[in-house]
Amino acid sequence: MNTANIQLDDAGHLKHLLTVEGLSRELLTAILDQAEGFTGVTQQAVKKVPLCRGKVIANLFFETSTRTRTTFELAAKRLSADVLNLNIAASSTSKGETLLDTLHNLEAMHVDMFVVRHAASGAAHFIAEQAAPHVSVINAGDGRHAHPTQGLLDMFTIRRHKGGFEHLRVAIVGDILHSRVARSQIAALNTLGAAEIRVIGPRTLIPDAAESLGVRVCHDLREGVRDADVVIMLRLQRERMSGALLPSAHEYYQLYGLTEERLSTARPDAIVMHPGPINRGVEMDSQVADGPRSVILEQVSNGIAVRMAVIAMCIGTQNLRGPGGEGTYDA
Amino acid sequence: MHEGMKISIRNGRLIDPASGIDREADLHCAEGKVVAIGAAPAGFQPDRTLDARGLVVCPGLVDLSARLREPGDEQKATIASETRAAAAAGITTLCCPPDTNPIIDTPAVAQLVHQIAARHGLARVLPAGAITRGLDGSQITEMAALKEAGCPVLSQGDRPIRSAQVLLRALEYASTFSLTLFLQPLDADLSEGGCAHQGAVSTRLGLPGIPEAAETVAVARALALAEQTGARIHFRGLSTARGAELLVEARRRSILASGDCAIHQLFLTEDDLHGFNSNCHLLPPLRTAADRQSLRMAVAEGAIQALCSDHQPHDADAKQAPFPETIPGISALETLLPLALRLVAEGVLDLPTAIARLTTGPAEVLGSGSGSGFGRLKPGRSADVCVFDPAETWVLSPETLVSHGHNTPFLGMEFQGRVRWTLLGGRMVFERSGTTGAAAAPPRHQSN
Repeated sequence: MNTANIQLDDAGHLKHLLTVEGLSRELLTAILDQAEGFTGVTQQAVKKVPLCRGKVIANLFFETSTRTRTTFELAAKRLSADVLNLNIAASSTSKGETLLDTLHNLEAMHVDMFVVRHAASGAAHFIAEQAAPHVSVINAGDGRHAHPTQGLLDMFTIRRHKGGFEHLRVAIVGDILHSRVARSQIAALNTLGAAEIRVIGPRTLIPDAAESLGVRVCHDLREGVRDADVVIMLRLQRERMSGALLPSAHEYYQLYGLTEERLSTARPDAIVMHPGPINRGVEMDSQVADGPRSVILEQVSNGIAVRMAVIAMCIGTQNLRGPGGEGTYDA
Repeated sequence: MHEGMKISIRNGRLIDPASGIDREADLHCAEGKVVAIGAAPAGFQPDRTLDARGLVVCPGLVDLSARLREPGDEQKATIASETRAAAAAGITTLCCPPDTNPIIDTPAVAQLVHQIAARHGLARVLPAGAITRGLDGSQITEMAALKEAGCPVLSQGDRPIRSAQVLLRALEYASTFSLTLFLQPLDADLSEGGCAHQGAVSTRLGLPGIPEAAETVAVARALALAEQTGARIHFRGLSTARGAELLVEARRRSILASGDCAIHQLFLTEDDLHGFNSNCHLLPPLRTAADRQSLRMAVAEGAIQALCSDHQPHDADAKQAPFPETIPGISALETLLPLALRLVAEGVLDLPTAIARLTTGPAEVLGSGSGSGFGRLKPGRSADVCVFDPAETWVLSPETLVSHGHNTPFLGMEFQGRVRWTLLGGRMVFERSGTTGAAAAPPRHQSN
């Protein structure tokens, strides 16, 4: 059984996006190219294209999120889809309704796509397995497993600045263990052929088997960012900052906080990324976050184009199946 | 068919690991007991003769851990449904953990389980009594009374005893009455929140891990306390190579410890979690291929003397959720013998050794506490007999499953070897009619 298989239809078109793993370099590149096409849309005066007119997209967020949910919503609206925002964390589950019940109820409302965020690894995969065949599922973050659209928008941002991936040295700093973002970035970078991926952090935040993901493990920040083309800082969740994983936010910053001085060993044209929101003074200095090498706000804008690309491709795959299901619209 | 019935099982390959018998021999039963092996006693007139030509005749299987879900979780399964599945699987004796609702921590609940099982009469059900009240890990139970009420061993199910002091006292107190403690070798803190082996697959899938040390720490702690107290312990469900090694070293030093593993641990590994297959969500978790290989060796060498089903039937809802939120466990009674036979086919064990791990091995663990000396075929002993066709192939499917639990990763798989008849105390509790594979109707219960 393979996580990747159920993401593609028989002809290899993208049906669901659950994880970057198992998707080919060609497919990832096609998504990035499509996103490039959509950046024009997001900058024009009338920011809409009719690709998904008549489609209903439900944002199913079992965990709170501002950035991801908002950019998914904007992406869907720019494709002319109707959007339902469901903040499930505060509604059904507290009434004892199971995930499956919620899903089937929404299906009964003829939803064409679910954008799912959930605290459990594998949740999006489960929903994709259970959903009706005409419904697409996009993973907006499941537990520690994957956050593929974040990984892709980061690749999009890197490609815009670096042109390609072949010679890149990428350093990913912070809490790898709990990070779905890191897993998706690593999978994408490996598929796209990055020269070297380093993960940097204390041993409590790096899985024992990290190297099996295709990365080099490093515990020293200076060594880790040396000659790097891209430095990605991960968010450190507040609950990790004390207890047995880390002694304090202070010591973490002393060892792994990115400062201009520490960044000086990276390549002069290195870019600095962060999936947000930033803990200033923990993961990095404001000087770095707001500095010339930071592309953090670009990542946010790029998120819209990349999510438009993913939504359009999955809906496009649905339309290839022909006007069979109710509400199908061939754009 | 009643206990007084005389049955002859003829022309089968009779394997009894306890006595070392492995030859074509007839088996004769009367008054619920085995009366002769080989020639029938003078004047023996069987009421029924079973032709076992080409079949294997062995002691009824003994399963050290099978959850029956009654009392308390009857929506998942009942003692009736699961003992019926056990009979169809050739299992005549099974030990059920105390984590029912109410918990088996008083004689009354133990007696209730015995009574319900006796009413259906399909398998000998031995309830494991709780080590601590409410399985709370702090207050020990009335162990002497539980033993008196028919609990041959004590267990915490899968709930921990966090305090080493409580475990030490429980071992001392239990050993006063020669009671063996079943311990799940899983450290509560190191396994907390985990749902997969901590390794390459959990790292890739982002599943919270359970490290190997969760087992080795628990094994080492329990062995130290067993050595200190001289009490007898049994590790219920080893999953790692290191855990098995620690057991071997301890036995060499004459610590009174034994161990089993769930038979699926000898086939499945962490790699089976790809795709978030919730039927492979188990506790202890599926480990690495190297662990699986070491466990197979330990079973072959006898360091792990018992294989059990670790049967945990669930309703469909239990597995219909994102992987970490599903409830662990496999519905496993009906794959116990077939998987053991697959070990034989793969050259891991010879057939008599495989049968030993399902009969004499577990029976020895239950030991004197269980009284009746089952797990072997010997004149004078209870006629618990499993007769199976080692050549019959069949496919495990929702239709062929007798258990109410359909939660098994082996659905759709073809197995070779299938039970034909099961006798419990001389009564036929299962008969597979014809070649259609349909199970016989459950026997009427006998009013005594």
